[in-house]
Amino acid sequence: MIEIKEEELAIDCFLLAGRLLMQSGAETYRAEDTMLRMANSQGLTSAQSFVTPTGIIFSAGHQRPTRIIQIPRRSTDLAKIALVNGVSRRLATEQITLEEAYEELQRLDRANLLFPTWVQIVAAAIASGCFLILFEGMWKDVAAAILAGGVGFLIFVLMHELTKVKFFAEFTASLFVGITAFLAVRFGIGIQIDKIIIASVMPLVPGLLIANAVRDLMAGHFVSGVAKGMEAFLTAFAIGAGIALVLSF
Amino acid sequence: MLWVIQGVFSFIATAAFGILFNAPKKTLFHCGLAGAIGWLIYFTLQKQGVDAVPASFAGAFVISIVAHILARRFKMPMIIFSVAGIIPLVPGGMAYNAMRHVVENDYLASIQYAARAFIITGAIVMGLVFAEVFMQLIFNMIRKRKAKAIGDVM
Repeated sequence: MIEIKEEELAIDCFLLAGRLLMQSGAETYRAEDTMLRMANSQGLTSAQSFVTPTGIIFSAGHQRPTRIIQIPRRSTDLAKIALVNGVSRRLATEQITLEEAYEELQRLDRANLLFPTWVQIVAAAIASGCFLILFEGMWKDVAAAILAGGVGFLIFVLMHELTKVKFFAEFTASLFVGITAFLAVRFGIGIQIDKIIIASVMPLVPGLLIANAVRDLMAGHFVSGVAKGMEAFLTAFAIGAGIALVLSF
Repeated sequence: MLWVIQGVFSFIATAAFGILFNAPKKTLFHCGLAGAIGWLIYFTLQKQGVDAVPASFAGAFVISIVAHILARRFKMPMIIFSVAGIIPLVPGGMAYNAMRHVVENDYLASIQYAARAFIITGAIVMGLVFAEVFMQLIFNMIRKRKAKAIGDVM
């Protein structure tokens, strides 16, 4: 049995780990599993956790405190998932103490591990160009796809910064993808507008959400699974609506 | 030549997606590898005249298995390696066609495309799930055999 003060610290630590995981786009069962593993390693063997995409409830056991933490925003940050995973693994194998783990998690919470925005935009542009070839488009269209993909992702980043509404950002981004592709075809840079648009919206596709929704459903986390599936569906709808708006002209 | 081009471009595309998803830097190469293997299987099957649904299933299945093996090696969550890889398989073209027909008020054709996109997404998902179950069985078997070997020595 550990002291009350230490227990508070331990629960703070577990909740922070869970929040970081969910914020970075980990599967729900991974967040629950990680928190319980950490708790077990600290002697809280009867701990329970309930994780949803928007909040975590963690109880340290019978007659012990139960705490809630909110998850206000979510993004995709696989590197952070790997690092938090590493911290919990080292805590469970007693390579680090609880204090060290908490400090490291707090540092991770503050750290921005994302690639610089311009690198992301370049990556999105390159990916769009590659997808055009994968979807058996024409070599002449590669430049147009790179341009449209880059513009689309740039708009997505800008609008997300500006409005904080993900679906609106996705809608505007796909709208601009459509406009750029249309202009490219108009001015003779591209030929097949369909292929250019399909390749260029790929960076906006909610791949992580789809994969996570399924893994959550399979693990029996129906609340999270359905919620994430819905988010993926809405994202797909936002992209489709943006493209539809361009096509209707 | 066609296969080389497809392999290289799917590798670059998946690795670029690794950057968008902020995969750890040292795993970017392996993310790309998983994606390229999955895409080549999908592409080869499609060229052999296999329907897109089983081809997507096979692609996702292999990506997930590769991701599981890499996850064990790197001691990292497997989604790091699988999410970027499945992106090329996502039926963007179908979804686009569905949307285009909606705009043209041709709802019947649109539903056909949307249903197909839905089924292909389902196939990708089933590929991921099947691979997960499959890998769990294999790992359990290996663990049991190891435990038995240790028991024999004792």
